[in-house]
Amino acid sequence: MKILELSATELAKKIKAGEITSEEAVKASLAQIAKEDQKIRAYLTVDEEKVLARAKEVDDGIRSGKYTGPLAGVPIAVKDNICTKDMRTTCASKILENFVPFYDATAVTRITDAGMVILGKTNMDEFAMGSTTETSAFAVTKNPWDTEHVPGGSSGGSCAAVAAGECFAALGSDTGGSIRQPSSYCGVTGIKPTYGTVSRFGLVAYASSLDQIGPIGKNAADCAALLEIITSHDEKDSTSMERKDTDFTSAIGKDIRGMKIGIPKEYLSDGLDDDVRAAVEQCAAYLKECGAEVEYFDLGLMEYTIPAYYVIAAAEASSNLERFDGVKYGYRAKEYEGLHDMYKRSRSEGFGPEVKRRIMLGSFVLSSGYYDAYYLKALKVRALIKKAFDEAFAKYDIILGPAAPTAAPTIGTSLSDPMKMYLSDIYTVAVNLAGLPGLTVPCSINEKGLPIGVQLLGDCFREKTLFTAASAIENVRGGWTLPFARKETLS
Amino acid sequence: MDTSICQKGDLIMKQYETVIGLEVHVELATKTKIFCGCKTDFGAAPNTHVCPICTGMPGSLPILNKQVVEFALRAGLALNCQINQFCKFDRKNYFYPDNPQNYQISQLYLPICHDGYVELETAAGTKRIGIHEIHMEEDAGKLVHDEWTDSSLVDYNRSGVPLIEIVSEPDMRSADEVIQYLEHLQSTMQYLGVSDCRLQEGSMRADVNLSVREVGSPVFGTRTEMKNLNSFKAIAHAIEGERERQIELLEDGRAVVQETRRWDDNKESSHAMRSKEDAKDYRYFPDPDLPPIDISDAWIASIRAAQPELKKAKSRRYQSEYGLSAYDADILTGDKALAELFESTIKAGAAPKKAANWLTGETLRLLKEKESEASKITFTAEHLASLIALLEKSVINNQTAKDVFAVMFETDVDPAAYVEEHGLKMESDSGLLEETVKKILDANPKAVGELKEGKDKVIGFLMGQVMKEMKGKANPSQVSEMIHKLVQE
Repeated sequence: MKILELSATELAKKIKAGEITSEEAVKASLAQIAKEDQKIRAYLTVDEEKVLARAKEVDDGIRSGKYTGPLAGVPIAVKDNICTKDMRTTCASKILENFVPFYDATAVTRITDAGMVILGKTNMDEFAMGSTTETSAFAVTKNPWDTEHVPGGSSGGSCAAVAAGECFAALGSDTGGSIRQPSSYCGVTGIKPTYGTVSRFGLVAYASSLDQIGPIGKNAADCAALLEIITSHDEKDSTSMERKDTDFTSAIGKDIRGMKIGIPKEYLSDGLDDDVRAAVEQCAAYLKECGAEVEYFDLGLMEYTIPAYYVIAAAEASSNLERFDGVKYGYRAKEYEGLHDMYKRSRSEGFGPEVKRRIMLGSFVLSSGYYDAYYLKALKVRALIKKAFDEAFAKYDIILGPAAPTAAPTIGTSLSDPMKMYLSDIYTVAVNLAGLPGLTVPCSINEKGLPIGVQLLGDCFREKTLFTAASAIENVRGGWTLPFARKETLS
Repeated sequence: MDTSICQKGDLIMKQYETVIGLEVHVELATKTKIFCGCKTDFGAAPNTHVCPICTGMPGSLPILNKQVVEFALRAGLALNCQINQFCKFDRKNYFYPDNPQNYQISQLYLPICHDGYVELETAAGTKRIGIHEIHMEEDAGKLVHDEWTDSSLVDYNRSGVPLIEIVSEPDMRSADEVIQYLEHLQSTMQYLGVSDCRLQEGSMRADVNLSVREVGSPVFGTRTEMKNLNSFKAIAHAIEGERERQIELLEDGRAVVQETRRWDDNKESSHAMRSKEDAKDYRYFPDPDLPPIDISDAWIASIRAAQPELKKAKSRRYQSEYGLSAYDADILTGDKALAELFESTIKAGAAPKKAANWLTGETLRLLKEKESEASKITFTAEHLASLIALLEKSVINNQTAKDVFAVMFETDVDPAAYVEEHGLKMESDSGLLEETVKKILDANPKAVGELKEGKDKVIGFLMGQVMKEMKGKANPSQVSEMIHKLVQE
């Protein structure tokens, strides 16, 4: 039995049954990290000693009945913009290179209380700004399917870690597709929950009205189990919601006959690669096979989505990132003359180019004289997008579409043309603007051997519908072997 | 209207009118900060009342303290404001180390209260000062310069302490009106229990916007804003000084520059801090971490129903219900603590007029002497009522009462017990009194002769002698009666 090939839920069952210990699972993960991560660079921080001590504690806790949850004992990776007490949290930025929080994010408290073992912190685009994990100040993460390619971003480290067998599941964050797009590139499953489902306390904010933490895993069932754990109505986050109907795992494997699926015509028109279009059509065929009704419709407003998203996200980011100033924590320039110069140098030296670009963009759209023309207008577009989705969800249970216009691009080709990179977010950002849940499930593998996932969008609070459909797709699609497992099988 | 006449030589030049609007920050008396659970206590060791939220740590989020909204509503309703039942917080972005997030959470687009007013009694009758708006916001930390290491340190204890900013319309025309307006705000906030409003301690801060214009001009002149005004005296002086400075500029044919000026209390003058050209662009936008606040009709109604009686109404009631003079009623209601003590003393059984006399007389005299204030009074209403009763029942005389009160003021002794313990009761033994009076009359034949001739003034002298002999424990009216009786015999 190869431990690493187990899904998180399978592993937890075996741990519960006493067939495996958490320590064994953690050791297997650490060994895989030691073996693969020099190449993949999924992790920024792994403290083996601490992790092993924690695994022993968890094993004791499972024996004593302290940890009884469905993922107790399972090793998990956490994106490095989610605060972990006494563990470095850098947001892949030089400005927070040595920042060690003295508090846990609520999502981290939840997984810890559920008896999961945090292996370490994963690489990402700096402050989650980017679509390739190349804007990280510390490392470029490689796509485990083909190390010439990016893993996507910004949760590239988390998705790559799952795909490389370097953890059993991971937490990511999604502001404009940062879970769903790299999940597609890395052939893993990931979900951005409805805004307000997972507490943002301890998630270092990029764009507060769009950010959500979500699970990344090997399959829909793992994501459902993990989402069940991290969902909470948290008094530390005023935007978190009290939700009912959060038994997400119960949705796995249910019948989808009669389910209505809509595919926006605009999603399949110009601008996406044939292999992606083929994957969406393939997925539509899978769903039909299971008895769902699939039709095409006009969603509208596509051309306004990207501009509205980048105006709002950059505006909020420009303000959220003001606190990184060299005064209280984080990087401070070595030499400076006076306060103003200290700010200027610390921030100039501490932030990378993509972050600076968005801070400038955001400062511009909020400045007096431009606020109405850009920011307010973007808010109006946001309201219209929400309305368009409301109308669509009056007719359909699920909207099906691509997660990205292409499979994973090769490393070094995206950052030179930021505009093109921004435009590639076309299928993911609308979901954040409207606060909806969106799930990426692997669907096919293209000619180059790269995975392609499709995206399922649901109405607010309809994650269960997404999990049901995703598990149906998994059933028809058949087994999905991640690259590390393939290599192991081959060798 | 306050106008002044500028003279150059013997020529009367122009008449100017001063136009003043105020921005008043009031620190709310909540137990905890506006967006976290840290205490708001004043004077703690630096950075001991802090947490990830009020120090702007990564990933922290603000949680609104509902009490702040409640206090802002109380203030707004008391100042006759309209309420924005759907209101929001906005971020005001600027970099400064006392501001840990480098944005202040405030309200710009939808402040909680707007369009209210205050009524002032002026020589020309009742005058309305408009309230443009009241908004809620968080206070900043405090920068301390360390001379020893030549570096600046920051204390975030005050960071996140709740404030409301009360913005008036430019309706005031003189320093007198400004002071009256501020006193009104101060007393109102104190009665509401919303703030202690101490200028010196910074729990009330006023920025003065001032311009001058020729009398009759339909447009406002260019205004300046003055900061760092820590007392009513500073405010009055700053207004006078700024008014003169602006008139002088205009008289010289120069223009007033729109700028922020800082008042220097020691120099009694102001200097420019920054001009409009340097004005920062705060890039305000709605704070995405805080959902809009929905203020229900029921909430407003419950606050309205629970509003306490404010100074003006109380003063009127004291006059009509207790028959106090307007003067006494105003003094008693001028300080919430004093008014409360007055009412408790009545409740404890004292006659209103007697209670008023003790509080406006001896109490205020001693407070002034000790440079203290009514809120720091330590004696209880029950003890004051008991002292008044001892006097009314002629257990002690007036002088003894004053002496006992002085002790009570210091250490809150029970006056009845104290009088007993120290043997201060008046002698009720008429035999002893008669004997003493006889003795004094015998010893002062000259005075007795004068009294017989009808020179009543001398009675004071004789009474003084008797009181002295009886160690102050005699009832003065009985003494007087006895003297007259024995002299006539």
